[in-house]
Amino acid sequence: MLTHVWTVFWRDWVVLQRRLGRYILARMVSPILYLVAFGWGLGRSITVNQGSYLDFIVPGIIALNSMNISFNAVGMSVNMSRLYHKTLEEYLLAPISPTAYVLGKVLAGVARGMISSVVIIVLAYAFGAHFLLNGWFVLALFLNCTVFSALGLVAAMMMNSHEEMSNFNTYALMPMSFLCATFFSPAQLPAFLHWLIELLPLTHASYALRLSSSTGSMPGAALGILGLYVIFLLWLGIRKTRQVRD
Amino acid sequence: MIEIAGLVKKFGDRTAVDQLDLSIPKGELFGLLGPNGAGKTTTIRVLTMLAQPTEGSITIGGWKLPGNEQQIKTIIGVVPQHVNLDIELTARENLELHGRLHCIPAAERHKRIEELLDFVELNERSGDMVQTFSGGMKRRLMIARALLHRPKVLFLDEPTVGLDPQVRRRLWELVRRLAGEGLTVLLTTHYIEEAENLCQRVAIMYKGKLIALDSPAKLCRNLGEYVVEWHDGESLNSRFFTDRTEAADFVGVLTTAAAIRRSNLEDVFVEFTGRKVVE
Repeated sequence: MLTHVWTVFWRDWVVLQRRLGRYILARMVSPILYLVAFGWGLGRSITVNQGSYLDFIVPGIIALNSMNISFNAVGMSVNMSRLYHKTLEEYLLAPISPTAYVLGKVLAGVARGMISSVVIIVLAYAFGAHFLLNGWFVLALFLNCTVFSALGLVAAMMMNSHEEMSNFNTYALMPMSFLCATFFSPAQLPAFLHWLIELLPLTHASYALRLSSSTGSMPGAALGILGLYVIFLLWLGIRKTRQVRD
Repeated sequence: MIEIAGLVKKFGDRTAVDQLDLSIPKGELFGLLGPNGAGKTTTIRVLTMLAQPTEGSITIGGWKLPGNEQQIKTIIGVVPQHVNLDIELTARENLELHGRLHCIPAAERHKRIEELLDFVELNERSGDMVQTFSGGMKRRLMIARALLHRPKVLFLDEPTVGLDPQVRRRLWELVRRLAGEGLTVLLTTHYIEEAENLCQRVAIMYKGKLIALDSPAKLCRNLGEYVVEWHDGESLNSRFFTDRTEAADFVGVLTTAAAIRRSNLEDVFVEFTGRKVVE
């Protein structure tokens, strides 16, 4: 089982390694834009909880960026592999379990999400942000990448065209990017919207990353909720992979 | 080696495969012949577990389906109709991935990859990305990949579709060599001459049903070894005869120009399905 997980991961790692330089360079673009626009530009005139706005949004940018990277790394490639390149068949024809395939793909998405987060952390320090790096922060980041890699896999198995995939992105990921405690605290929103946003995983990723990086303490509740999302989405991903046959 | 009984595959109301019964012994090179949409690819997809049967029983290498999917996957090799190589990997990496998925130990895997690259004559391009390959090279690489884990049954779905005649003949040679080594081969094709050249027995499928099953020679013999063709106004008529003298006598009484030739699998096909095979 572990050998098969590693094999599925190995394939994605070979592909990533081949263009690691270009990959890292491309991952720098959107964080730099966020940091310039919201950190240097808009952020100079805003303080949050007596701290700078830049310090407030860095965990949010890391959360939304790792969400997008992990989701698309798995979602787009598995969807293309299922519908267009048909390379998913190579795994379906091999004597490996759907669980091994799902775990291998999700881990590959996590690897991409973590690498892109390292890029942002380095950039954030370069922009003068202050935050603590610790085990809780890394764990929250890992769980966030896992949640959205698994969601990407579920979407890839369910969406039947490239357009449907991009619609999923527009209706699910884009609103989360802006609303889930990334750029502002959802407590400022009307109660119903606040309650709704509290149900979403990215909100808890933002909370966990912000709390651990500002105080160093354990964001227990947020980590627990992310953990539940991981279990549910991995289960759903395995189920959908099992059902992918005609 | 392959036993199929009462196989039915439905997609909604449409029946793609209808009560198919087949028995293919070990080492046979067997052809599934039929026009587009006859149910050949669906049959292969069900046999290779990429599609679930609606009814019927399947046994491959003594293992029954459903229930023994993982065991069957270790003894079958599949070359699909479409190219499903990983274009983000090199030829060697595609084989490496397959070998790893089948848990072949590293030393044996590397040796086997070299052997097969040699077998399909792709050693010199093994480090190149697959997307730079021609159609024939991709097809050969897919055959190498399907053979890597030493399968006992090889499924080839339209193995030569879209290939040059030279490449097609080279692939036929390759398939014959494999069958000569004891591998059971089930291939689908809608190229009549491919089935005639390669297969010991062929099954003709039409609209999901099996309508004929025998060796190409016997199918021709049953129909009549000689065929007379003549034009009657707009249409081309044909009639089958068991020997050449009878055919010649018939031509003698015709008032229009006629040709006598040996019957072939295409005649059998047209006779059974009532239409010419496309391509």
